[in-house]
Amino acid sequence: MNFLRSIRWRLQLWHGVILLTVLLGFGVTAYRLEEANEWRRVDAELRQRLQAVHDSLRRPPPGPPPEEEPPPRGFPDLPRQGHPETPPPPRSFRIIPDRASLFASETNGFYYILWLRDGRELTRSGGAPRDCPAPERSHQLRPGSTARLRGSVREAYDFTPPGECLLVGRSVAVEQASLSQLALGFVALGGTVLALGLAGGSGLAARAIRPIDDISAAATRIATGDLSRRIDTTETDNELGRLAVVLNSAFSRLEAAAHQQSQFAADASHELRTPVSVILTQTQLALSRDRDTAEYRATLEACQRSAQRMRRLIDSLLTLARMDAGQEPMKMEPLDLEVVIQEALPLIEPLASDRGIQIHTQIVSIQCHGNAERLTQLLINLLGNAVAHHNKPGTGEVRITLAADDRMATLTIADNGPGIAVEHLSKIFERFYRVDVSRTAATGGSGLGLSMVKAIVDAHGGQVIVHSNPIPGATQGSQVIVQLPL
Amino acid sequence: MRLLIIEDEPDMLQGLAKAMREEGYAVDTAADGEEGLYKAQSWDYDALILDAMLPRLDGWTVLSKLRASKKTPVLMLTARDTSKDRVRGLDAGADDYVVKPFDLPELLARLRALIRRSAGITRNIIELGELRIDTAARSVSHGLVVIELTAREYSLVEYLALHRGEVVTRTTLYEHLFDEDDSTLSNLLDVHVSNIRKKLGHDFITTRRGHGYSVE
Repeated sequence: MNFLRSIRWRLQLWHGVILLTVLLGFGVTAYRLEEANEWRRVDAELRQRLQAVHDSLRRPPPGPPPEEEPPPRGFPDLPRQGHPETPPPPRSFRIIPDRASLFASETNGFYYILWLRDGRELTRSGGAPRDCPAPERSHQLRPGSTARLRGSVREAYDFTPPGECLLVGRSVAVEQASLSQLALGFVALGGTVLALGLAGGSGLAARAIRPIDDISAAATRIATGDLSRRIDTTETDNELGRLAVVLNSAFSRLEAAAHQQSQFAADASHELRTPVSVILTQTQLALSRDRDTAEYRATLEACQRSAQRMRRLIDSLLTLARMDAGQEPMKMEPLDLEVVIQEALPLIEPLASDRGIQIHTQIVSIQCHGNAERLTQLLINLLGNAVAHHNKPGTGEVRITLAADDRMATLTIADNGPGIAVEHLSKIFERFYRVDVSRTAATGGSGLGLSMVKAIVDAHGGQVIVHSNPIPGATQGSQVIVQLPL
Repeated sequence: MRLLIIEDEPDMLQGLAKAMREEGYAVDTAADGEEGLYKAQSWDYDALILDAMLPRLDGWTVLSKLRASKKTPVLMLTARDTSKDRVRGLDAGADDYVVKPFDLPELLARLRALIRRSAGITRNIIELGELRIDTAARSVSHGLVVIELTAREYSLVEYLALHRGEVVTRTTLYEHLFDEDDSTLSNLLDVHVSNIRKKLGHDFITTRRGHGYSVE
């Protein structure tokens, strides 16, 4: 029953059920109406004749009933004593001549039967069926005549107040046949409509489902194969077109993420290649012949530098990866940004004084929530960039300003260094992006410093902005503004 | 043989230069693209080892600018290993392409092959009459007897053998056997030539007075 799970078959099933219900409702109602109509017409004819039969009853004048008349046995509930005014039973019966045509057997199949109150049959017309049973007396309780259908015979009967039973009937085989024909017609018509409806519905369902199938097939092809392909969205103004557009945009993001991922892996392995090749070259060279201690020492020192570079790179990569994956939710605690800056400064000062760069601070105590370790890392990365890339040793300056309004703490690190060209500015937060393609140990960068700054600021719910002026002059330099929510 | 290595990573540059010198090459170095291009344009190096990622001027730019004036064989050394990068390097005029990290012996072999090819020789054995010069083993033998030569003597023999039939000027020899750090006086060349003649026979090197030396 797996196919019942498919939307198409369920649509078809619902469609079929609804169509069938509607057709049955219409058909049965129409048939019933027609049948009732037919019987009403027949019953009107029957009643007209019933009246004729009633009018034709001839009764003796009221008086004591003849002695020989035995008391009725069949109807003990109507004792004659209780109804002394009850007219005597009819003695004779003949259809009034001007109504006789109503029973002319050659023009119609009407017949009548007349029972006395004791159940004896008083008279019957020719053509009245032999086996016609007398109607149940209880029916008399209802006023007026009653009609019944007995096989292919419709009969109307009535009871006179004294208790005689009058019955008029006729065969309705013709009407029944026409009703059957009508029913058959309805069934045939209904069947045809149902079949057409189902076929049409099936076609419609298939038509409605096909774009979904197309989209799902295309999506499967893309998801399992070439992420750069897209679903055809020539019809974008309907629901399915919008679905395709949504899927396409999801694929675009997926592709970008996959591309970023592989680019990241390629960059990371690329970064590791240089130190590995240093170690390989240095060790192969050292081992190619016997060396003196100083040479071995130089080799080991070169290897150590490379290994440390690899360690820094791996540390940065791991930190970034953990922050990406959210595996390591940063522990946020109340801290004073001034204290964080004061503690980070000694770490960068040796490099700054080496390069002859002055660090000026203008900071105030600001309480906020954050991770002190990460914020220290952020400061070291930013200050390290400002100091290491500075090209004016001796006159170089780095200014750290910390200020706050009621919702934001703003940390500004400004330098009067070389600045960053506009074409680099938008990319400097990308991983492994370097303004200077050189990967020397002199600048020491892994290309991940600003990526980490951005990740740390993001984790704190803040933002980081860089302004820079690379044109030599009084305003040359860069300005990194970090805003953290309080 | 004189090489120029352009590489910005100091430990890499130092290691390569040392390895090449131990192989008997005269080695000049440059730590950035501009300096490297200047040196490469000013001298006729026997080969260039060029890193792709360089400060100031990247390796591809250095290569395309150099190709405007020189046919120096260039071996590109880079951490970029995608096929696109290789194609770019080779199209820019690199004669060989080695991806970091590499094996030092392989790099040396490729360098030898590069220099041989540029001299129009395809085998690593050069035969001069009874003399066999094995450029891979850096040895000279007479029949089955290996003749002991110093590194500089060997380099001189190899250079002349690679240019057999040509007259090689003293200046050229000097330029190709000594690097920028050598403060050797040029008359040392005569000492080397005389020592070689003692070991390989007087007629091995012909002196063309006023022109230079040659090997037939």
